[in-house]
Amino acid sequence: MNPVISLKQASLKFGRRALWEDLNLDINPGEFFAVLGPNGSGKTSFLKVLLGLQELHSGQASLGGHPVERGSHMIGYIPQQKPFLPDTPMRARDLVGLGVDGHRWGIRLGTAKANRRIDELLELVGASDYAKVPVGQLSGGEQQRLRVAQALATDPKVLLCDEPLLSLDLHHQQAVSALINKQCHDRKSAVVFVTHEINPIIDYVDRVLYLAGGRFSVGTPHEVMTTEVLSDLYDSNVEVIHANGRIVVVGLPDATTHHHDDAHATAGEGS
Amino acid sequence: MDLESILQSVFNFENYGELLLLVQNSLWAGAVLGLLGGLVGTFVMKRDLAFAVHGISELSFAGAAFALLIGTDVVFGSLVGSVAAALLLGLMGVRARDKNSIIGVIMPFGLGLGILFLSLYEGRAANKFGLLTGQIVSVDTVQLQVLAGTAVAVMAALCVIWRPLSFASVDPELAEARGVPVRSLALVFMVLLGVSVALSIQIVGALLVLALLITPAAAALRVTSSPRLVVLLSVVFAVSATVGGILLALGGRIPISPYVTTLSFLIYVVCRVIGSIRAKRGLNGRVMRTA
Repeated sequence: MNPVISLKQASLKFGRRALWEDLNLDINPGEFFAVLGPNGSGKTSFLKVLLGLQELHSGQASLGGHPVERGSHMIGYIPQQKPFLPDTPMRARDLVGLGVDGHRWGIRLGTAKANRRIDELLELVGASDYAKVPVGQLSGGEQQRLRVAQALATDPKVLLCDEPLLSLDLHHQQAVSALINKQCHDRKSAVVFVTHEINPIIDYVDRVLYLAGGRFSVGTPHEVMTTEVLSDLYDSNVEVIHANGRIVVVGLPDATTHHHDDAHATAGEGS
Repeated sequence: MDLESILQSVFNFENYGELLLLVQNSLWAGAVLGLLGGLVGTFVMKRDLAFAVHGISELSFAGAAFALLIGTDVVFGSLVGSVAAALLLGLMGVRARDKNSIIGVIMPFGLGLGILFLSLYEGRAANKFGLLTGQIVSVDTVQLQVLAGTAVAVMAALCVIWRPLSFASVDPELAEARGVPVRSLALVFMVLLGVSVALSIQIVGALLVLALLITPAAAALRVTSSPRLVVLLSVVFAVSATVGGILLALGGRIPISPYVTTLSFLIYVVCRVIGSIRAKRGLNGRVMRTA
């Protein structure tokens, strides 16, 4: 099986600070791949490289055998949940519609075909009941379901998710991650799932890339999420406890893992 | 002046039929500008550019005043002023907060320049006043053709970039990830907006452009979130305000702009009331299921 994502000797630096260096990585179709790490470790930048929005300092990144490019039709992207303003002039189905053909020029002509696809996607994520509700009036969990539908619109070979569960309650965390896993399992899409919290997706994850302090470790959760590996990455005493199928990391040097400043550094282009 | 004579100068429908023939060109111009304003306005609202429209119109006013002073075409002057302002905003103000402070800086500067040029101008006073309050009554056939041609070009360009511009306006982060040229679209739209402002200034004047480019779209957004319906309503509102305003203004002695702005405002108030009644009843399109 050919890998769908491939990084060769990839390095990313901002100024003189290396986020990661010499990263060699192949991700296969149908693989659920989690990217973990503290703030500013380059998790979001990792996604931006695959999206073609961030140049590597050195090395190559390829998608389906070709160098990464911006706007690739192979990619579905689920951004961090950022609530829409209450008066955003868009209904749920319009948001999904943007994923179907929003990038094309002109005005939408084949309305019936697009509407059928939108209905299908809404059904798939269980959002049919609020298809006509303005997005700003939906809960964070409902908005995030729509993001999944939007990302799946082109039946992508690669699904890139940037903290898709952030600020969702437990019920919606489970629902959204199950939807993502379904695409991974049923349609053999490779999933790259950036998160600071592995437990909500621990049942689905095949491999983990853990980024910290300019270094990284790749492997199954059981190989990477250990006291030895993480203590080495963080260069301090970190303890990893496995209990009831969950993983708890104790003593992280960076205690404020719930803020994600790195993700906002390049965001905010409102117009 | 007593109340009756004020009313007489505001509403006067004597010889209405004959007057109507005389202002055919103006009515067409009003309809074209209504159509343009309604379309462009929906994107102005989506992109949160209401304040920018105001800023552009002040520089457009300065351009027109300068053209008046040196004796060239006023429309051309206003076009140069507004496109320059629009490009400046598009290039400099990437973030909303940045943009607002830049507008706040150039707006009084533009207005000041305009006043300077006007006070240096020694021609008819009505020409000066017209820049601020509109002067659609005097549109001749050639002017109408130029106006309509420009408006059609702007609308055609808008149609070409319609979908990606909508995407980039409401969901910029994802649009960028999908390969939509967010930055260039923003610039192209600013140019289209600049041209639209310059055209609209002719009917309602520099001070009241918002009534044509903001109010109709804002009113439409109060009553619907469906993108197609927003566009349709916005155009209907804008055309009703301009054409209705001209029809009402025919007999009176005052400029057209107060009629247009008042109609526009009334439409907005009605939409706002309808919207809030709906919100109170919790009608937002959700399908309710009993468990």
